[in-house]
Amino acid sequence: MNDLHRLRNDFPLLKEKHKRLNICYLDNASTTQKPAVVLDVMDDFYKKSCANVHRGAYRLSEQATHLYESARERVAKFIGAEKSSEIIFTKNATEAVNLVATSWGETFLGPDDEVLVSALEHHANFIPWQRVALRQGAKFCEIPLQPSFEVDLNAYGNSLSSKTKLVAITAASNVLGILPPIKQMIDMAHAVGAKVLVDGCQWSSHYQTDVQQLDADFFVLTGHKLLGPNGIGILYGKDDLLKAMPPYQSGGGMIERVTFEKTTYRLPPERFEAGTPPVAEAVGLHHALDYLEAIGWDVLAKHEDHLMERAREGLVNLPYIQLFTDVKKVSPVLSFTMKGVHPHDLSTFMDTRAIAVRSGHHCAQPLMDRLQVPATVRASFAFYNTLEEVDHFVKSLQEAYEFFA
Amino acid sequence: MDESLNELYQAIILDHSKRPHNQGKLDPCTHCADGYNPLCGDEVTVYLDAPKDRIEKIQFTGQGCAISKASASLMTLQLKGQGIEDSVKIFEKIVEFFKETQVKAQSLEELGDLAALAGVAQFPARIKCATLPWHTFMSALKGESKVDVNLAAE
Repeated sequence: MNDLHRLRNDFPLLKEKHKRLNICYLDNASTTQKPAVVLDVMDDFYKKSCANVHRGAYRLSEQATHLYESARERVAKFIGAEKSSEIIFTKNATEAVNLVATSWGETFLGPDDEVLVSALEHHANFIPWQRVALRQGAKFCEIPLQPSFEVDLNAYGNSLSSKTKLVAITAASNVLGILPPIKQMIDMAHAVGAKVLVDGCQWSSHYQTDVQQLDADFFVLTGHKLLGPNGIGILYGKDDLLKAMPPYQSGGGMIERVTFEKTTYRLPPERFEAGTPPVAEAVGLHHALDYLEAIGWDVLAKHEDHLMERAREGLVNLPYIQLFTDVKKVSPVLSFTMKGVHPHDLSTFMDTRAIAVRSGHHCAQPLMDRLQVPATVRASFAFYNTLEEVDHFVKSLQEAYEFFA
Repeated sequence: MDESLNELYQAIILDHSKRPHNQGKLDPCTHCADGYNPLCGDEVTVYLDAPKDRIEKIQFTGQGCAISKASASLMTLQLKGQGIEDSVKIFEKIVEFFKETQVKAQSLEELGDLAALAGVAQFPARIKCATLPWHTFMSALKGESKVDVNLAAE
């Protein structure tokens, strides 16, 4: 734990002040802060290795290509993929889902087919499926949840059939932290011949990822929630699935041969990476993953559980706070409302205490409808947060209630 | 206590947000529009009864923060009984007011009770909360059924 505390020094932003107070950053589910090493290697790339990838036989381009492809190998290792060619770089997780929904969906979904999506999904793993289902005449169905918002496995089993072609499910809810039983859900989907896309955005910064053990067909991530830069996302797809999919976007870098009569395309991953890719971002991401993994997943989870425990203890003692889940085993995310105080007002108040918490619908309006609120306040923790920050957060909530009540 | 916080949440603002005036659906009405802010999910509906060139009645419904609720409540008090032309002038003044980075004493005076919203200017992220009811009012007047405050504000 003390070691983790020392890691805070690696994050320049965490040394900044707001209103003469140390920034208390509790919006890690939105984006994580970046260690200096990530910023430095990106700077270095532009200063020393900047050239386009997969072009020309000059040293700089070869070097840039090498850095970019090493990042792909690093990602493959990070998520437990068999081959690095199963890793496609996108601009974010949203683009990764859209790629599959469009390329795979428009090829393999037809009338009467069913797509299953849960109410826990971020809009990014919801709307692309809703849209492609509409375009293809397929049915857009809901994965049944229990009143606790955990997946109802029995009802889920009953909703699977030979008509089910795809299941889209988050590995961890960005609002409630609920951790659906992904492995079981994948096995059950495979038993009826359906494919599964897992949204790992809220999972992979807290727990070890192993796509082969899960047997996931597709797995999406975004770099900026993994200590990495903005502008780079990850799509993992099983080799045979990717090979059977047509291009999503087209242009430079993804072709075998272009003539006026026809164009043929390269194999994945290049087939899905039209145009100049985010090279510096890939380099940054490579080092971000090195940094994250070096902490050790057990150490990290233990500390984050500790933070959550302390926060929950503080919040359940405040009678005017409504917590939206009492499920114990969740990712380090807490959603709540304060009696008589709108989330935006609470968030503004917390900002004057230098506390960054998110308020709003968290891009999860179907879930907000189930929770029967228009918005919540969400505090989300990372390994660099401290117990002192949690205490400051709880104390500030008490002050906020006194202020508004 | 943070000074800017006290300016943002003046007693009058907190009072209007807890006990808003003219809240509720107006049925029948001559004008009505839904305003929303997709970024935060705030929604407000403004109803007018303005059969001729005067706003006889104005009411609102919706869900939002203290700022948007207080702004809507203050707006209904300000606009009720106003001629249409004058109400448009007040709308323009309010929108202009939030565009200025430096709040001028003179414009504060002109605003009367609405001056209580001045503290919002120090919280850029919250300005649209304050202007949402006003843009919705303007849309209702123009006969538009729906307005996204992010587009209206540009």
